[in-house]
Amino acid sequence: MIAVIDYKAGNLTSVVKALHYLLSGERAARDVVVTQSPDLVRNADKVVLPGVGHFQATQLLTELGLTEAVRQSIAKGAWFLGICVGLQWLFEGSTEAPWTPGLGAFAGMCEHFPAQEIKQIDGKKIAVELKSPHVGWNSLEQIRPDSRLLRGVADGSFVYFTHSWRAPVVSATAAVTDYGGAFTSAVERENVMGVQFHPEKSADVGLRVFRNFVEL
Amino acid sequence: MLTKRIIACLDVRGGRVVKGVQFVDIVDAGDPAELAHRHAAEGADEVVLLDITATHEGRGTLLETVRRAAAKLFVPFTVGGGVRTAEDAAAVFDAGADKVSINSAAIARPQLIGEIGSSFGAQAVIVAIDARRGAKDVEDAEVYVSGGRKPTGLRVVEWARQAESRGAGEILLTSMDTDGMRDGFDCELTAAVSQAVQIPVIASGGAGSAVHFAEVFGRGRADAALAASIFHFGVTSSRELKAQLALAGVSVRLPC
Repeated sequence: MIAVIDYKAGNLTSVVKALHYLLSGERAARDVVVTQSPDLVRNADKVVLPGVGHFQATQLLTELGLTEAVRQSIAKGAWFLGICVGLQWLFEGSTEAPWTPGLGAFAGMCEHFPAQEIKQIDGKKIAVELKSPHVGWNSLEQIRPDSRLLRGVADGSFVYFTHSWRAPVVSATAAVTDYGGAFTSAVERENVMGVQFHPEKSADVGLRVFRNFVEL
Repeated sequence: MLTKRIIACLDVRGGRVVKGVQFVDIVDAGDPAELAHRHAAEGADEVVLLDITATHEGRGTLLETVRRAAAKLFVPFTVGGGVRTAEDAAAVFDAGADKVSINSAAIARPQLIGEIGSSFGAQAVIVAIDARRGAKDVEDAEVYVSGGRKPTGLRVVEWARQAESRGAGEILLTSMDTDGMRDGFDCELTAAVSQAVQIPVIASGGAGSAVHFAEVFGRGRADAALAASIFHFGVTSSRELKAQLALAGVSVRLPC
């Protein structure tokens, strides 16, 4: 059973839709469960935490007892996939809502994109404005060859992003993306995985990522 | 590197995609769900569906169309036309849209931008601006509503800034002067808006060739560009367009 956690994140519908598309109708109806129940999360083989919007929204996870349930589910070996804010939540927290802690599976805080980036133009270093949010299709780079989530995804593949805060690069980073510097666009350590991009909106590359997760 | 987006736009009336030239000679161009999928398959980075009738009676048809189109669409999907309240927006999201585009309703009640944003996130709210300036300077370009029929007295750049501060995620800027002429975007106006706000600006109105897109991404500083008429009858596909843009040095999502 795949538990998709419902904490009122905006992309819940699209994530569920993509899972239904990948699994056959009957299997999807049986296996994909949208839930707020800590018990269901504890019993699931796979857990998906969607997300788009404010980091503050993840506070609800703790209030509903889901943070603890996810911790237990990961400890017993269930596969976990966090998407967008769901990836950020795997870190210690975000400066977007400093009073709301993340799960802390990975070290470091998520921070806002810088207002400027340094560009090399005609041999000179010039500070240029960096727009934020980072919206659109950007590429996955330095994909870790041992990544199970990104199996079959070529370096340089494009995926869709929409966010203003980004996660630091850590030893568990499975791919980086450059926007005013490198950030973690995919993270993976054993059964704990996250993507900053939206696989449900990233055409064939995104569906491949979902398929990899579903087939684990 | 973040790429420039090509957005395919479908104008829908009574559940069918239509295309006219400056609002006359409306031609039936097909089924919205089918065309949305075709555009995605042909390399569009996003799909926008605009309900140009947007009558109260037509809402049910629209939601059904959105649902059908969204079921197998795995690129960002925006729906506009007739979204007047946060409840209208919620119904559209529920049917499978990722973003809504609001225009007249945001002018009438700017709080609407924040209301939708607070429930669904700023990334889900596109404020569409119909601009007209004739021979005037960009600073004097004026915002129009009601399908471009009614002037509001608001200045385009000022309204774009206000929309951003109220929580818009993107601006969709349509030049009424260049719309349907296939003679190029209003690059000056697009650049003025793009420099005035931090959020992405989608340029619309006037696409006729790949060169026009290259211009609006360069001189016009657009983050994305919308095209309707040049795609519908197979004049060119997004993929072809992007291949030409890549040759011109524009960074685009290829292969797609």
